[in-house]
Amino acid sequence: MRKPAQGRTSQDPELLRRLLRAKDRMDAASQEAWPVERLARVSSVSEAHFARSFKEAFGVPPHRYLLTRRIERAKALLRDTELPILDIALQTGWNSLGTFGRTFRDVTGESPGGLRARERTARHELERVPACYASAAHRPDLTSAVSEKRRQEAGVTKDAPQKPEVA
Amino acid sequence: MSQGIGVVGLYVRDQDEALEFYVGKLGFRVHTDARNGDYRWLTVQHPEQPSLQLGLFKPQAPVLDESTARTVKEIVAKGAMPPLVLDVDDCRASYEAMRAAGVEFTQAPEERYGNVDANFRDPSGNGWKMIESRRASA
Repeated sequence: MRKPAQGRTSQDPELLRRLLRAKDRMDAASQEAWPVERLARVSSVSEAHFARSFKEAFGVPPHRYLLTRRIERAKALLRDTELPILDIALQTGWNSLGTFGRTFRDVTGESPGGLRARERTARHELERVPACYASAAHRPDLTSAVSEKRRQEAGVTKDAPQKPEVA
Repeated sequence: MSQGIGVVGLYVRDQDEALEFYVGKLGFRVHTDARNGDYRWLTVQHPEQPSLQLGLFKPQAPVLDESTARTVKEIVAKGAMPPLVLDVDDCRASYEAMRAAGVEFTQAPEERYGNVDANFRDPSGNGWKMIESRRASA
């Protein structure tokens, strides 16, 4: 695996603008399937080039970025709606409740039902912040692979800042 | 009002393109377009907000050195500049009109928390949130 160089290599702004378009498309429809060929087409680059360039530009591989967006949406739905958890799983791009619950727990450290219950008791005053910024501020910070995170386990709560990975 | 914010600037990759976007597509007006050699001081303003100018600046020498200018161009293209908000009376109507004019929307109008908003980007990558203003309750 390529390590990011100390003095980061620069990327062509025209390419970055097109990569941003792929990121925007995932943001707008994170429940959809986004195979690399589809994303590469949005950005008008080759598939091989896309994955590498995206990670270089935005710090995470495209599929992991998509995962954080799905979890973010699921959290919002858990918080703001009365939808059954199964419906939320299906609406945010998962095929089964099991996969959703497991991934959700791996990323956020709690179960979907647990988050819902906790949010209910502590309503936040976010009214005055435009919704997407408030939601960006709460985006799960996936600095490690989910599998890694699974190994970490333990008490990462939402109130505590997530610890950066120390290798 | 004689005190307050006069100019807030954006970085854009191409000032002609930005002018065409903000004036031609969004309906802003040119306030100042002054050149000095390679440097161009370009500001526009919203037709209903004459007290504020929006600067459309190119990251370039002599204001920035080459390497910094390159970094800024990358940041802009990655959509990492700070949030911008455009208040409109009717988000859905503005969305239709702007989309017809070729504005790149990243989110169609959505209603949440009793308010309608949409997202769009300028050609450089600057992200705008367009929000239906709640004048009645303001």
